[in-house]
Amino acid sequence: MVTPTRKKDRIDSLAGSSADAGVSLAASAWRTLRRSPVFLTGATIISLFVLVSLLSPWLAPHDPSDPMLIDQVVKARNQIPPVQDGHPLGGDLQGRDFFSRLLIGSQQTLIVGVLATLIGLAGGLTLGTLAGAFGGWVDSVVMRLVDVMLSLPSLLLAFSISAMFARPNQYTVIVAVAVVQIPVFARLLRGSMLAQRHSDHVLAATALGVKPGAIVFRHMLPNSLGPVIVQSTLVLATAIIDAAALSFLGLGNPDDRIPEWGQMLGDVQNVFDTHPQLAFWPAGCIIVVALGFTLMGETLREALDPKSRR
Amino acid sequence: MPLLEVRDLTVVFERKGEKPFTAVDHVSFDVEPGQTVGLVGESGCGKSVTSLAIMGLLPRRGARVSGSVQYEGVNLLSLSDREMRDKRGRDLGMVFQDPLSSLNPVIPIGVQVTEVLERHRDMPRKKAMLEAAELLDKVGIPDPTRRLSEYPHQLSGGMRQRALIAIALACRPRLLIADEPTTALDVTIQAQILALLKELVHDLGTALVMITHDLGVVAGLCDEVNVLYAGRVVEKAHRHELFAAPRHPYTHGLLSSIPRLDAPRGEKLNPIRGSVSDNIPWSEGCAFAPRCPNKLDVCVRVTPEQEDIGGGRLLRCHNPVKPPVAEEVSA
Repeated sequence: MVTPTRKKDRIDSLAGSSADAGVSLAASAWRTLRRSPVFLTGATIISLFVLVSLLSPWLAPHDPSDPMLIDQVVKARNQIPPVQDGHPLGGDLQGRDFFSRLLIGSQQTLIVGVLATLIGLAGGLTLGTLAGAFGGWVDSVVMRLVDVMLSLPSLLLAFSISAMFARPNQYTVIVAVAVVQIPVFARLLRGSMLAQRHSDHVLAATALGVKPGAIVFRHMLPNSLGPVIVQSTLVLATAIIDAAALSFLGLGNPDDRIPEWGQMLGDVQNVFDTHPQLAFWPAGCIIVVALGFTLMGETLREALDPKSRR
Repeated sequence: MPLLEVRDLTVVFERKGEKPFTAVDHVSFDVEPGQTVGLVGESGCGKSVTSLAIMGLLPRRGARVSGSVQYEGVNLLSLSDREMRDKRGRDLGMVFQDPLSSLNPVIPIGVQVTEVLERHRDMPRKKAMLEAAELLDKVGIPDPTRRLSEYPHQLSGGMRQRALIAIALACRPRLLIADEPTTALDVTIQAQILALLKELVHDLGTALVMITHDLGVVAGLCDEVNVLYAGRVVEKAHRHELFAAPRHPYTHGLLSSIPRLDAPRGEKLNPIRGSVSDNIPWSEGCAFAPRCPNKLDVCVRVTPEQEDIGGGRLLRCHNPVKPPVAEEVSA
């Protein structure tokens, strides 16, 4: 019995502007998103992920750094504690509860992903605004800098940056991953700022005597942010994957009392063939979370695209 | 003293490695306070560039503007960026062609109206909002208080143009430049917007520079008309005289190319042959010569000068169209 409501929706949408009164870009995007199954899937994954990582200290059945099952570990034969009562995923190479480590690991992943994205966003917004607002030589200098950073493969750049730190810790990972994202944001914002610079409404605002600062921050920047917002949800996924890659290669936090999914993957490299489940869980988590962010980002892009709006 | 006095306004676009392009060539005209002056011509004749040059909106690099634009005795071309910024929106308003793209899509109409009021009249936000509602009401937008919180995409084309006119007139500028304000609108809305403009400039005593390719607009609105061809004014006359007795073959061609309701069915349209050539050939002969039915040998050799032919009319032609009947002109 969906027909009546469907019909009502259609009439509402036909009624157009009157039903639309005072609806902002964000509100109308939200209306589209609310009905998109893809967005809802992504949003569910992400909310679960955030919820789990926030509540993980209480959800985790055991201390993730306590080698409670160490007596079951027999190094010589790659014996790893199997699934048993109270340990739904068994133990790891050091006899610690694998399930607890997985739960607590989501915390690190969330922190790294969000912080790296925010720092990258802040840097990218600054550079992109500078380049887009001033144009001319400022634009050239900033963009050459960005080109240099983009000319290196992003993961390689992140490795180099984290290798530069004498003693890597969780913050060096964040910085390394964030710096890699800066040029992406900067270039994206600069592009859309430049498009705005030559747009009719900016010309119209100029013709009204609006001051340059207001032109940049009220007329150009807000109109250029759409693609950047979308990109940041996609970057969240990349940041999580990059951070995991760094940890996997041993450039992450060496302190393995704080578990992290990439690091967990790296730890079990030698036993992949005999105990694939130890790789399966952290890898699966990384993939699912990254997928969640990507699904959200892609649907957000569609919803915010003014061309697809009705 | 005229409110706006444009003298020998010349705009040359320069690009490295390319021949400079003269878009506007020694254009001169006056606008008296409260007067409506039309700039008419086909695409590419330099109408819009003229308006942008007056407003100081052409890019610094690439566009060389010379001549003078006296507004209340001040040469706008000699003002600094900051001084010019204070003039724009307060003394000089402008309405653009496309009302949708000329409004900022992400901020509500209200903010866009109050922005000017806050900028030039130092109004506090609340007072500006009230004033904005009043302005929207004045340009005929129903339910203005609600419209203030709406976004441009929620308004119809005609409403948007009304809103833009409200914004342009918010600080009661003494001069309004309208660059083809009705081109993007459908015919019924065009008539409404023109009526609105006419009423507002009359009520506020604003002088209006109307830029258009539509002679119908000119007929309904303008006191004086400047016909531009290839960057130069080829004919200037009062509206009635221009329509009654066009002297320049180009103006004549424009007028006779308008389809008439009383013409016999089956009569073909009467276009001006050819199209504007890219490189303005004013340096050698008349730019209109290749398309001109009245062309003489002298037209391709000697550039015609602007002559005063009496009655406030200016003409740039070696072989103008004869006035149809002498009495009609003087009438």
